[in-house]
Amino acid sequence: MSAKSIALLLLGCLLAPLASAGLDIQHWHTPQGARVYFVANHDLPMIDASVDFAAGSARDSRATAGLANLTRHVMRLGAGPWSEREIEERLADVGAVLGGRFDADRAGFTLRTLSGARESDQAFATLAAVLAAPHFDAGVLRREQARVIAGLREARTRPDQIGARAFQAAIYGDHPYGQPDDGEEDRVAALGRDDLVRFHADHYRAANMVITLMGDLTRERAEALAERLAAGLPPGEAPPDLPPAPPVAATPGERVIPHHASQSHLFMGQPGMMRHDPDFFPLMVGNYVLGGGGFDSRLNEAVRQQRGLAYSVYSFFAPMQAMGPFQIGLQTGRATTREAVDTAYAELLRYLAEGPTEAELTQAKNNLIGGFPLRLDSNRKILEHLAVIGFYRLPLDWLETWSARVDAVTADDIRRAFQARLRPETMARIIVGGQLEPASE
Amino acid sequence: MLTLGLFAWLPAQAELLDRMLDNGMRVIVKTDRRAPVVVSQLWYRAGSMDERYGVTGVAHVLEHMMFKGTRDVPAGEFSRRIAAAGGRENAFTSRDHTVYFQTLQRDRLELALRLEADRMANLLLDADEFAREINVVIEERRLRTEDNPQARLYEALMATAYVTHPYRHPVIGWMDDLQNMRLEDAREWYEQWYAPNNAVLVVAGDVDAGQVYAWARQYFGDIPARPLPVRKPLNEPEQAGAKRVTVRAPAELPLVALAWQAPRLRDPERDDDVHALEILAGVLDGHASARLNQALVRERAIATQVGAGYGGIGRGPGLFIIDATPARGIEVAEVEAALKAEVARLVRDGIGEAELARVKAQVLASQVFQQDSLFSQAMRIGSWVSAGLDHTLQDTRYARLAAVTAEQVRDVAARYLVDDRVTVAVLEPLPLPQGPPARPRSPSGVDHVR
Repeated sequence: MSAKSIALLLLGCLLAPLASAGLDIQHWHTPQGARVYFVANHDLPMIDASVDFAAGSARDSRATAGLANLTRHVMRLGAGPWSEREIEERLADVGAVLGGRFDADRAGFTLRTLSGARESDQAFATLAAVLAAPHFDAGVLRREQARVIAGLREARTRPDQIGARAFQAAIYGDHPYGQPDDGEEDRVAALGRDDLVRFHADHYRAANMVITLMGDLTRERAEALAERLAAGLPPGEAPPDLPPAPPVAATPGERVIPHHASQSHLFMGQPGMMRHDPDFFPLMVGNYVLGGGGFDSRLNEAVRQQRGLAYSVYSFFAPMQAMGPFQIGLQTGRATTREAVDTAYAELLRYLAEGPTEAELTQAKNNLIGGFPLRLDSNRKILEHLAVIGFYRLPLDWLETWSARVDAVTADDIRRAFQARLRPETMARIIVGGQLEPASE
Repeated sequence: MLTLGLFAWLPAQAELLDRMLDNGMRVIVKTDRRAPVVVSQLWYRAGSMDERYGVTGVAHVLEHMMFKGTRDVPAGEFSRRIAAAGGRENAFTSRDHTVYFQTLQRDRLELALRLEADRMANLLLDADEFAREINVVIEERRLRTEDNPQARLYEALMATAYVTHPYRHPVIGWMDDLQNMRLEDAREWYEQWYAPNNAVLVVAGDVDAGQVYAWARQYFGDIPARPLPVRKPLNEPEQAGAKRVTVRAPAELPLVALAWQAPRLRDPERDDDVHALEILAGVLDGHASARLNQALVRERAIATQVGAGYGGIGRGPGLFIIDATPARGIEVAEVEAALKAEVARLVRDGIGEAELARVKAQVLASQVFQQDSLFSQAMRIGSWVSAGLDHTLQDTRYARLAAVTAEQVRDVAARYLVDDRVTVAVLEPLPLPQGPPARPRSPSGVDHVR
C-alpha cells in the first residue's frame, strides 16, 4: 500500500461522515439554464451523476403512447460520432455504467464512473453525445420497436402487469398518468423516426434538465462536467405543468379480470399524493402504520401474520408531480381471494375511522427518524435524493428538516388527512384471477 | 493498459477483526466510517443443499419461523423492536446458507446482537404459528415459481443439470414437500444447524471492532457448541452426454437456456480456470456490445434478450449458463444454434486484446463501486467464508482476474463449454387459458387448491 493511500485512509476517517448534520448541497445553473445539484465526497475514487428531464410518459399524447419511453431508450443506441456498438464499448473501456430512469414524470440517465480524469472524461463525453446528438437510426429503431412490443405482449400475460395497467387506467382515466409507461402495442408499432426526433427536440432542452453530481470531484470540475452535459442542448423553456389528477370516481369500481394463475392479485386505490402535498408528512407517516412499515404494519399483521393469506401485502403513496397513486396490494391463493381482499379492506376502513394509536405513531416515528441515516449511507442513495430534490424543486434543506417534520405529525393530523384524502367506498379495486369456488367436477 | 495502481486506493484492509469465540462462532468486523451506520449479518452455514429428500424447503421455512418468537421475545417482536430502533431487517435463504441481517444507526448494534443470540438458542417453534406461516411460504412459492414460467424453466434446468447434488432442489422447496412439511421438520433443522459453531457474524460499518467482539462474546459466548451433522462431499459425477428438458406452460415468449458444469473457486491463488470463466462471461455478456447481444439481438435480431452468467463463489458445483429469448417468429432451435455458434467462434478464433481489456476494466471498476455499499461489503465477506474461502484473499482474486490472458479465456471455453457437458432447457409457450375464473389448469400437476 502506498504512502499516498495511507494518507488518504487517515484523512478518510477525519472527513465529515456522509450523513452528518446536513448535506452540503451546492446548487447553480449552467450557462444554458440547466439546474445543477452537487455534493462532494472524496472517500471513494468515483462519481455518480444523473440527468433528468420532464419527459416521462405523462408527456405522451394518447395517439403516441410509448413515444417518451422509446425516445429515451433509443437515444443511447448511437450518438455523436459513435455507433451503438462504440457507445457501449467506450463506457465499458473505462468501467463506467450508464443506467436509465423512466416513469410518468421523469426520463433520464444515471452514470457511475471512476473519478480519474481519463475515465470520467470519456464517460461524460459519451453521455453528452447521447443527450444532444442521438442518431435515431431507422434500422435500430425498427429492431427496438419489435423488442418493446415483445415486452408489451409478455406483460399482457402476467397477472401483476395486467393488474397494474388496469389499475392505472381505472384511477386516472384520460389524465396523462392513465397511460402505461411503455405504451400500447399498436401505438408503438406506428411510431416513426420523425416522432422520436421531434419528441427529443421538444423535451431534451437545458431549461427542462436537472443535473445531479455526487462524489470525488471539486466544485470546479462539477461545473465543467455539468456544462459539458448541457452544452449541446438548446436552452428551450420549462414545460407546462401537468393537469391536476382527476377526482376519485363517483362509482365503486370492483373489476375482476379472469386469469389462469394460481394466485389472485389485488390492486386497490385511487389518486393519492403530490410531491408538494400539504399533507405529505401526515400521509407518509400514517401509511407506515397502515401498510408501509413492513412487518409492523396493520395490513401485514392482519393478512399475513394472523391469517397466513399472503406473502406480500402493502400500501403506499407514490408522491408525483400531479397526484400520484395510493395503492393497497397483495397476492393470495385463488381460493382465499375473497377473504384476503375483505380483510385488507376492513383494515383500511378501521384505520380511516380510528387513525393510529399513540403507540403505533411512536413506532412509526421511531423507525422513520431513527432510520434516517440509513437513507443517506451511500453515494448512490444520496444521488437519488439529490435528483428528487432537484427535479421536484424541493427546498435545499428538505433533508435537514425532514426528521423534525416527521416528529411534528400527530395522530389527529393523520386521521384528518386520511379521511380527507381517501374514498374507500369508491376506490378502484382490480382483482386479477378472482375467487375460485370449490371445484365442481 | 490496466495497472495494479487501482488497488492502492482501496481501504479494503483498513481495519479488519476476525476472531473465534470459544464456542466456535466466528466474528468478522470490517470498519468503514463513511456513514454513521452499521450492517450486521449472521450467516448460518446451512442452506437448501443441506436438506434431504422429503423436506426440501425446510431451511427457508425455518428462516420464516425465526421471526415467530422466543420465550422473552414473542412472535413479531424481533421485527418490531428493530423497526423501533430505526432499523431495517430481514433474512434470506440460499442454496449454501441462511442469513439474517439488520441495518441500523451505528449506536444501536447491541440490540441486534442481543436479539440474534436469543433466537439462536431459544426459538419456540409454536404449532399455531407454524400452521399459518407454512401457508405464507406456499403463497411465496406460488408468487415466485408456480405463476412464473421463466422461474419454472430454471427450476427444471437445475433439477436436470444436477444428478446427485442437492442443488437440483429449489431453495423454496418442492410444493409437495411444503404441503407435507411438519413442525418437527423445522425443529429438527433448527436443532441440527443453529449452533454457534455453524455461524459467522459479519459486521460492517462505523463501529469499534473491539466493542463488537465484546458484545458478541457477551451475548453469544454462553451458547454451547454442538456436534454438527457430517457433511459429505456430494460430488457430481462427470456428465457423459448432453441433456435436455422442456417445460410447457402458458407464456408469451419461449426461452432457451444452456448450462455447462463448471468449477468453483477453492484456491484464489491457483484456480485460474475460475478467473478465466468469469472473464469469459464478461466477454459474452458484460455489456450491451458484448458478443451475445451484439450478434443475436443487434446484428441478426433473432433474440430479444440474451444473458450469460457464472458465479465462481459457492459451496457446491458450479454451472456456466447462457440463455436467450427468441424474437417473434424465430424458432428456438435457430437461437440455440446461434448461441452454440458464438461459443464455437470464440473457441476457434479466440478473443481480441481490446475485448479482454474492456472486461477487465469493468471488473476492476466494480471493485471500487462495490465499496459504496456497506451491505455488499459484508455480503462479500460472508459469501467467501460460507464457500470455505479466505476472505482476505479478495484482492488476490482481482489481481488474478487482471492477469487472465486471451488464450486462457479461449482455453476454458474449449474445455468447459462442450456439448457432452451441456444441459439445454427450453420453455415452450402454451396459449393462455381463456374464459371466466374457473378451476385453473395445472400443467405440471402441482396444483394446491384446498
